[in-house]
Amino acid sequence: MAWSRILSDHLIEVHDVDFARGERSIFKNLNLTIARGDVTAVMGPSGTGKTTLLQLITRQLVPDKGRIIVDGVDIASLGQSELYKLRQRFGMLFQNGALLTDMSVFENVAFPLREHTKLSERLIRHVVLTKLHAVGLRGAAYLMPGQLSGGMSRRIALARAMVMDPDILIYDEPFVGLDPISMGVIAKLIRQMNDALDITSIVVSHDVREISEVSDFCYVVSDGAVAASGTPDQLNADTSALVEQFMHGLADGPVAFHYDAPDYEEQLLGKSRGN
Amino acid sequence: MLREILDTFLQFLRTFGAMMLFFVRVFWYSPVVLVRRLPLVIKQVYNAGALSIVIIMVSGLFVGGVLALQAFANLERFNAEDTTGIFAGFALIKEIGPVITALLFAGRAGTALASEIGLMKATDQLSAMEMMAVDPLRYVVIPRFLGGVISMPFLTAVFTTVGLAGAHIVAVEWLGVDVGAYWQQLQQALEMEDVLEGIYKSIVFGIIASLLAVWEGYNAIPTAEGVGRATTRTVVITAIAVLIFDFMITAAVSLR
Repeated sequence: MAWSRILSDHLIEVHDVDFARGERSIFKNLNLTIARGDVTAVMGPSGTGKTTLLQLITRQLVPDKGRIIVDGVDIASLGQSELYKLRQRFGMLFQNGALLTDMSVFENVAFPLREHTKLSERLIRHVVLTKLHAVGLRGAAYLMPGQLSGGMSRRIALARAMVMDPDILIYDEPFVGLDPISMGVIAKLIRQMNDALDITSIVVSHDVREISEVSDFCYVVSDGAVAASGTPDQLNADTSALVEQFMHGLADGPVAFHYDAPDYEEQLLGKSRGN
Repeated sequence: MLREILDTFLQFLRTFGAMMLFFVRVFWYSPVVLVRRLPLVIKQVYNAGALSIVIIMVSGLFVGGVLALQAFANLERFNAEDTTGIFAGFALIKEIGPVITALLFAGRAGTALASEIGLMKATDQLSAMEMMAVDPLRYVVIPRFLGGVISMPFLTAVFTTVGLAGAHIVAVEWLGVDVGAYWQQLQQALEMEDVLEGIYKSIVFGIIASLLAVWEGYNAIPTAEGVGRATTRTVVITAIAVLIFDFMITAAVSLR
């Protein structure tokens, strides 16, 4: 894809996107770009639609308004077979791994190869074991997904996401629910994969510390739009209330500690009609 | 008030439309899947069919026995106990066999299909397939649908056969109906059309039960609660649909 590299440094562009689930508006006029070759982090408080953003970029969802350009192509214009062709260039790591439960670890990683290539059994074995080795789990090849810990599942899923040698790796909350060691392992893998394979990575997360260490550029998404963006250092130095609250994990701030409720005194003393 | 009724109606139309669209897609891709994904289909025939055989056989045996008992008790009053075989056989072949097999199928295989697909959805496995550029409809849903459709006529045949054996055991071995009279009466009275009616029904019920199960699973709300509800609904809706269609087919055949 050397020619498109010359065309633009932006691998993914999100232009003026609106998206709502039923009545609830998730994004309003969202704009962001993902630079080629970078690890880009998308951060934000829970429930701000970070996962939804990934689903929009990969067209698992379609925006109500606006355009999403991947490598120069408006993905809304693609038919199913073109979309599937594009998706073969994506690798996605789901929150809980999303391994197919009725096949072994080996078969899970081999799955995309069997579906999309005509490689010989020997070659498939070779590729799968290489990828499993890269995530340090070659020894787990013949276990079933049910026998794996959360961190292991995620590393297997990462091996599966890489097996087709994608151009773009997407991580949906890769650190959630992991112990500190596994977190460190995943963070290290994200950076290594990106640099060694010369790919582009998008990491959605709210683990500020881990993500600051591995990312080149960060977006903070809040209230349906980009609230701040910059390198991790820039964001750490940012003094705007929301960014400061988020980056330093303060309990109260623009993102209120309390869910909307009637006045406390009135409610306790029974004057409110809103129960 | 009027507004609410209108909304409910529109919601119903939307769901119905989505259902029809889903059914059309399932039917449209089924032949291709049958050819290209045969190993997956065979695996599902095993899951839906082979694994249901024990419950089908046990139920068949007892249902056949009960039919013979009831028939004998009533026919005896008219000294017509020789025709017990006709009564039990006709009931099994034309009605009870296909209907009870379909109901048992909904309980055993339909729930398994719905909860399996629902759980795959809840654990992002279907999305993961989408992202690996594999269509979950063709990889997960249609093989399961075809597995059910192929299994049902065979399960019905097994149920009816074992049911006839059960009726034979009760009527001949236990109640002492003459074995020659028992089978000869049935053989003389039974026409090919009667057998075909049972087969038609089993095919229709197979399509209904499998389609509803995969639909409920595929459209389950992806949470533990949602999958549970989808599983329950599969049994309820399938049972109602099977009984309604049974009535319609029987009416159509008898009034021809």
